[in-house]
Amino acid sequence: MKRILLLSILLLAACSPQATATPQATELPSVEPQTITVMTHDSFAVSEDAVKAFEDANNARVVFLQSGDAGAVLNKAILTKDAPLADVLFGVDNTFLSRALEADIFEVYASPALQDIPANFKLDDSNRAVPVDYGDVCINYDKAYFADKNLPVPQSLEDLTKPEYKGLLVVENPATSSTGLAFLLATVAHYGDSFTDYWQALKDNGVVVVDGWETAYFTNFSASSGRGPQPMVVSYASSPSAEVTPSGESLTASILGADTCFRQIEFVGILKGTQNRTLAEKFIDFMLGKQFQEGMPLLMYVYPVNPQAVLPEAFIQYAQAPEQPASLSPDIIAEKRDAWIQAWTDVVLK
Amino acid sequence: MVQKISHGDTENAEILNKNLRVSVTPWLTRILFWILPLSFLVVLFFFPLSKILALTFNLQTLTLGNLQSAFHVLLFTFYQAVLSTVLTLLLGLPSAYLFARFDFRGKSLLRALTAVPFMLPTVVVAAGFNALLGPRGLIHALFPLSSFNFIGTLTAILIAHVFYNTTIIIRVVGNALSSLDPKFESAARSLGADSIRVWWNVVLPLLRPSLLASSMLVFLFDFTSFGVILLLGGSKFSTLEVEIYLRVLKLPNLSLAALLSVIQLLCTLVFSIFYTRLVSRSTTQLAPRSTLVKPKGLKQKLFVAVLAFLLSSFFLAPLSALPFRSLFRLEADRGQRGEVQYGFTTDYYSELFINRRGSVFYVPPIQATLNSLGYAGATVILSLILGFPAAFALAKPTHLEKVLDPLIMLPLGSSAVMLGLGFIITYGKWLTLPFLVPFAHTLVALPFVIRTLQPAIASIPERLRQAASSLGASPLEVWKNIDLPILRRATLAAATFAFTISLGEFGATLLISRPEYPTIPIAIERFLSQPGGLNYGQAMAMATLLMLLTLISILLIEKFRLPNSGEF
Repeated sequence: MKRILLLSILLLAACSPQATATPQATELPSVEPQTITVMTHDSFAVSEDAVKAFEDANNARVVFLQSGDAGAVLNKAILTKDAPLADVLFGVDNTFLSRALEADIFEVYASPALQDIPANFKLDDSNRAVPVDYGDVCINYDKAYFADKNLPVPQSLEDLTKPEYKGLLVVENPATSSTGLAFLLATVAHYGDSFTDYWQALKDNGVVVVDGWETAYFTNFSASSGRGPQPMVVSYASSPSAEVTPSGESLTASILGADTCFRQIEFVGILKGTQNRTLAEKFIDFMLGKQFQEGMPLLMYVYPVNPQAVLPEAFIQYAQAPEQPASLSPDIIAEKRDAWIQAWTDVVLK
Repeated sequence: MVQKISHGDTENAEILNKNLRVSVTPWLTRILFWILPLSFLVVLFFFPLSKILALTFNLQTLTLGNLQSAFHVLLFTFYQAVLSTVLTLLLGLPSAYLFARFDFRGKSLLRALTAVPFMLPTVVVAAGFNALLGPRGLIHALFPLSSFNFIGTLTAILIAHVFYNTTIIIRVVGNALSSLDPKFESAARSLGADSIRVWWNVVLPLLRPSLLASSMLVFLFDFTSFGVILLLGGSKFSTLEVEIYLRVLKLPNLSLAALLSVIQLLCTLVFSIFYTRLVSRSTTQLAPRSTLVKPKGLKQKLFVAVLAFLLSSFFLAPLSALPFRSLFRLEADRGQRGEVQYGFTTDYYSELFINRRGSVFYVPPIQATLNSLGYAGATVILSLILGFPAAFALAKPTHLEKVLDPLIMLPLGSSAVMLGLGFIITYGKWLTLPFLVPFAHTLVALPFVIRTLQPAIASIPERLRQAASSLGASPLEVWKNIDLPILRRATLAAATFAFTISLGEFGATLLISRPEYPTIPIAIERFLSQPGGLNYGQAMAMATLLMLLTLISILLIEKFRLPNSGEF
């Protein structure tokens, strides 16, 4: 039995894939590189060059831990508060911010890089959660559909309840999708407590509800590869930059009317109990720095909060930002989120 | 005289020896049998799960309102699981018969094909069904006037469950069926029974253990169904597992999630106890012999042809959308929209090999394939090492096994999300060790492996073994010549289950994943989480690679012959 066990351990060791070469500093450093662990959601991305630059400059090794979507990551961080799995947590957005702050998982760090960041992104006065990027959840539409049908593109939330747009919009269930939740919040910001009446009207006008963004975008939306039945989808203002054809035109665009979009801001923080405070601070400064900020748009389809970061050409050309995105304070969201989702479910799904 | 005494002495010694063996050895063997599988389950399942439940369960959530709404969800969960299991049996049983009894061209390919859905991510399967039955799908294009709605209906849930789980019936029941002596049937037939009565009165009762085992596995998979309900059922339907997921990740209320998890676990326990009772009353001893025939006569030929056609279209139609979408772009330039333009392209495959954006999280397809294969191989070895002793002990149950038997199934009935949280609070930083992934996969695969092996082991004719040992064969020789040939098929089926479960498992939700060790499903998910035709095409290309990989692996596993086994 022992031999079988030994054999199996050996086999396991042989079968488990070897680490892909981790970038090491080329010149032999006198001190062992320190490891910093960054916990983040599955959509996070960063370029090899940027990570290498950080590692070389700080004699460090960066390990990324990905554990599901933004909600899952935050939950895991809160559950492991007493023995944190990482030094830095990236990916808490403004809809989750109050939960993270209430659970008190972050240490205070007033990064010097924050002085360049516009005030409207700094939602946490206590400087525990530092803003990194933002993006707008907007309705994308299939340009060809509206052109072929000679149908004017809707400009406001009210327009969407008009009979000519019956059955043309697909949204995500806010109970299962953060994109869907953002759009629900836009309607709450616009209509206040009577948002349920608006959703009743949308329901009567044949709004289609699916579980998440992937299904909505790739299965139901008519301008994506899924070639679905709905020419309008709740997605991101940056999505059109990914739908550019060889002739240089995007198949989609966003509806940018007042309050039709909801702004999501993502934050980073140093997890309480870190053994690497100095390096963690450096990493946060790095995330606010020009190199990381300029890489984000094409890697994550989000906008940098640092105004000095230069946007890539594709973004300037195809991703439009709304002038008046809807917004709600994180405190109100934290307090009312569940009740709003419940009210929405009662109206739309029942 | 002297001789007689000495003879009597040996006799006494033998009796003593036998008594000792009866009283001591069984306990020792039982302990040896159970020590590995049980400690595995305790460390990776019972301990982390009880820890998270103890932390989150709160008596205050036991309100009438909560219990009432939980009951409603439970009712639907149970209802759809029963319906799905019945439908799966309806397709699975004739198919099991087809594969067990008939030899025909393309058989191994078709059988391998039925196992492919088992490891495909739900998102990909949903995309396949949509391409076929969706509002712009093929069926709709062929019959433009039909206005049926597939996605978001109970029908979609049921069909997807049949699509995923038929392979379980085919493998477990088919296994028993191919070891079933056809003499029973011909005897009954010569006594004047017609085919239906032969099936009802002779074959089905003999198949009872494997029938119950496979139905139980299918039922539990349907009972804890999650992805299918969310993606194909839409927002109107909810199972316990979906509710738990929502309460953990989306509308956080961990104590309510804990309550629902406890309900789901209790239900699983009740089902398992019920199953153990049913199965303990029936053991069929089988005689291994070749039962494969070429279809003869019009009736048999028709049966084989119709069923093979039905099966291949049922499994191929939704799956074929993936390779199609990975090779043809459907994008059209502006103004060309009236007709969908198909353009052949291999870009999606070649792009897989380029890290265009220089991302740290780029997944090289070969690396992902090697990781997936490595994990799957390790899962097969681990789950067989743990599964064999447990299955042996369960096949000849003592009081100990009657207690342990229902516990084996519990990992299938526990919520993956809750267990994942349990892992995190219990094992924290160790979770980042990549070799833990096969352990997590084994947790899911183990009930399958045990339930596949157990009926096969129970079916080994005891009198054959006794005859062999009384003729002086050592236990090892008995095992090699009697047990092994019968076990070969079951072992292959068990290995296939473990392999496909591991290939398709995300693991990311259960554990914390390190991006250096991506698997193919993780790569697919990465592509699908970003907009653009290129990402979609690459996801489909990755899914096609995963399909091919599974097909080839299953074909290889089934070709694999254990030494000394030969064809019966």
